[in-house]
Amino acid sequence: MRLVILQNSATVGEWSAKYVMKRINDFKPRPEKYFVLGLPTGSTPLAMYKKLIEYHKAGRISFKYVKTFNMDEYVGLPRDHPESYHYYMWNEFFKHIDIDPENVHILDGNASDLVAECTNFEAKIKEAGGVELFIGGIGPDGHIAFNEPGSSLTSRTRVKTLAQDTLEANARFFNNDITKVLTSALTVGVGTVMDAKEVMILITGAHKSFALYKAIEEGVNHMWTVSAFQLHPATLFICDEDATLELRVKTVKYFKALSAVHSKMIEQ
Amino acid sequence: MLSQSVKLIEPSQRLIKFKNCRILRDHRIFREDLWVRNGKIINPERVFFDEKRQAHLQIDCHNAIISPGFIDLQINGGYGVDFSFDVNTVESGVAKVSKGLLAHGVTSFCPTLVTSPIETYHQVLPKIKRKAGGKHGATILGVHVEGPFISIEKKGAHPENCIRTFENGFETFENVYGDIENISIVTLAPEKPRVPEVITELARRGIVVSVGHSMADLMHGETAVKHGATLITHLFNAMMPFHHRDPGLVGLLASNEIPEGKTVYFGIITDGIHTHNAALRIAYRTHPSGLIIVTDAISAMGLEEGTHRIGQYTIEVRDHKAFIAGTNTLCGSIAPMDECVRIFKAATNCPLEFALEAASLHPAKCLEISDRKGTLNYGADADFILMDDNLVIHSTWIAGECVFESESHALPPVVSQWFEDDD
Repeated sequence: MRLVILQNSATVGEWSAKYVMKRINDFKPRPEKYFVLGLPTGSTPLAMYKKLIEYHKAGRISFKYVKTFNMDEYVGLPRDHPESYHYYMWNEFFKHIDIDPENVHILDGNASDLVAECTNFEAKIKEAGGVELFIGGIGPDGHIAFNEPGSSLTSRTRVKTLAQDTLEANARFFNNDITKVLTSALTVGVGTVMDAKEVMILITGAHKSFALYKAIEEGVNHMWTVSAFQLHPATLFICDEDATLELRVKTVKYFKALSAVHSKMIEQ
Repeated sequence: MLSQSVKLIEPSQRLIKFKNCRILRDHRIFREDLWVRNGKIINPERVFFDEKRQAHLQIDCHNAIISPGFIDLQINGGYGVDFSFDVNTVESGVAKVSKGLLAHGVTSFCPTLVTSPIETYHQVLPKIKRKAGGKHGATILGVHVEGPFISIEKKGAHPENCIRTFENGFETFENVYGDIENISIVTLAPEKPRVPEVITELARRGIVVSVGHSMADLMHGETAVKHGATLITHLFNAMMPFHHRDPGLVGLLASNEIPEGKTVYFGIITDGIHTHNAALRIAYRTHPSGLIIVTDAISAMGLEEGTHRIGQYTIEVRDHKAFIAGTNTLCGSIAPMDECVRIFKAATNCPLEFALEAASLHPAKCLEISDRKGTLNYGADADFILMDDNLVIHSTWIAGECVFESESHALPPVVSQWFEDDD
């Protein structure tokens, strides 16, 4: 595991965007060799998307031969609802870049057969040759995608009932009316993300510092599903100073001492 | 190869994306791409997720503002053509004006006939048909008949001997105009006898009733509105001036007798001459949601400085004004719509969004066509203008086709790119 500690959420966004750009460009994607990218939503990755759009407009990166798979989507939310992840991905990223819509995959929470939708999603990832780089964020309770505490660490893409904590956190998007918050979602499993060649997790803010501590300083535990990535051969945690507040001084100092190595990772 | 790929795509199915632009939508100007197909503005999110298609053509707008095309509800002619006088050549006259208007961002208009003899109406009205716009000219939304059911005292430049009353109510209306199929707006004086019953019938038929050229007091105006009138013709001009104990038609802007949910619209000439800047500000601050910029332009609009023989008059154009030759008597407005919008904005210091909507969305709402005209909403006709921040027009588009491009204010060459369809 690598832990890259940066100053704030803006620098986390910039670093991760540069890393994605470097990985894609080094990969030299072309019609017979697509780069497969796993994508998150939420406030944490916004800064990364903004930077990627900027690099795209400057001609530094193309998504023409990139396939994307998103982590999750609510069940039963209209696609054009501002809280839907389709809406998010279209407005915050896809409409600004040159990706072919045929290569974009987001779980359809309005599909008539949700189980089949999830099975197909897994099949499409496999068909695309697996995910090269899966980017994720985490919740304060350590969940990755909608893999709430207690989710199996070998889980696959499926329908998931959301935890009370998540409902309460999401209420602010639905006029603070908890009864309007959607109660289930489609999500990739922990196992689905574990299959990716590389996983990059973005964590910013003091409110997620306990989750980061649980993720990397304690044992693998299904109550903190992100801790599963301790067993992944290539995981990258990108965090800001605030997110390190619950970590041991020793941990922080150790990884900060590696900053020269980390800088090399995004050199063009 | 480029031209070959273009041919592969059925023109009506071509997806065009205007990018690097700011668009006016829902009273805001913001950075957003505008997508067009088959003459309509479309929702690109649906194209992306449902059809999984990309744009066939991308047009770089170089940071231009895209506004809905202007709609002029009151224009008597231009380029030497007077719709009410040149009765024998009305079709070519209307065509000439509609083509000329494209350079001023006008994508739709209502050719306006002033008070005329019955024979003129019978001869001309059947020939001015509603017509979709294109390279040939702006869309014709129907005729605005200004008179003859107006007040003699407020006739303005209208010939007095042609002014009439509704002796037999709506029957007179039909007899005078003959073919009423092409009429969209009627200006009448609401104080005349039997007007309320005529308004009721007109409103039932979807013809917009505008009050003006009138001696009416406020109560007459309110009665007209309650019966279905929705517009005031060139506010302040040809009506009783505002008096604090007898506010006249101007009082409709602040009336509390307007039925719930109804907006009274008013045309206002913003050429900088026919309405004082302070009067523009009073109207704007009192009742902004009803404000519609009209040119009320006459035949001399678009003519060069100098003396012109138009109809029975000799007109002299100097200092951007039209005078009766050899006098200092103004004979009508000659400021084109884009200039009227600029003058209005400068006079009122209103937001840019408002000035543009007052010449697009507001007239469309008045005609109840805002589902397809006057907006850049999804599903609306792709009638719009590319302009800079000073409201100087780069190009005018109707149904997604470029119908005018300015030579002096052209954008850098349009960078566009056709993509082949995968299908």
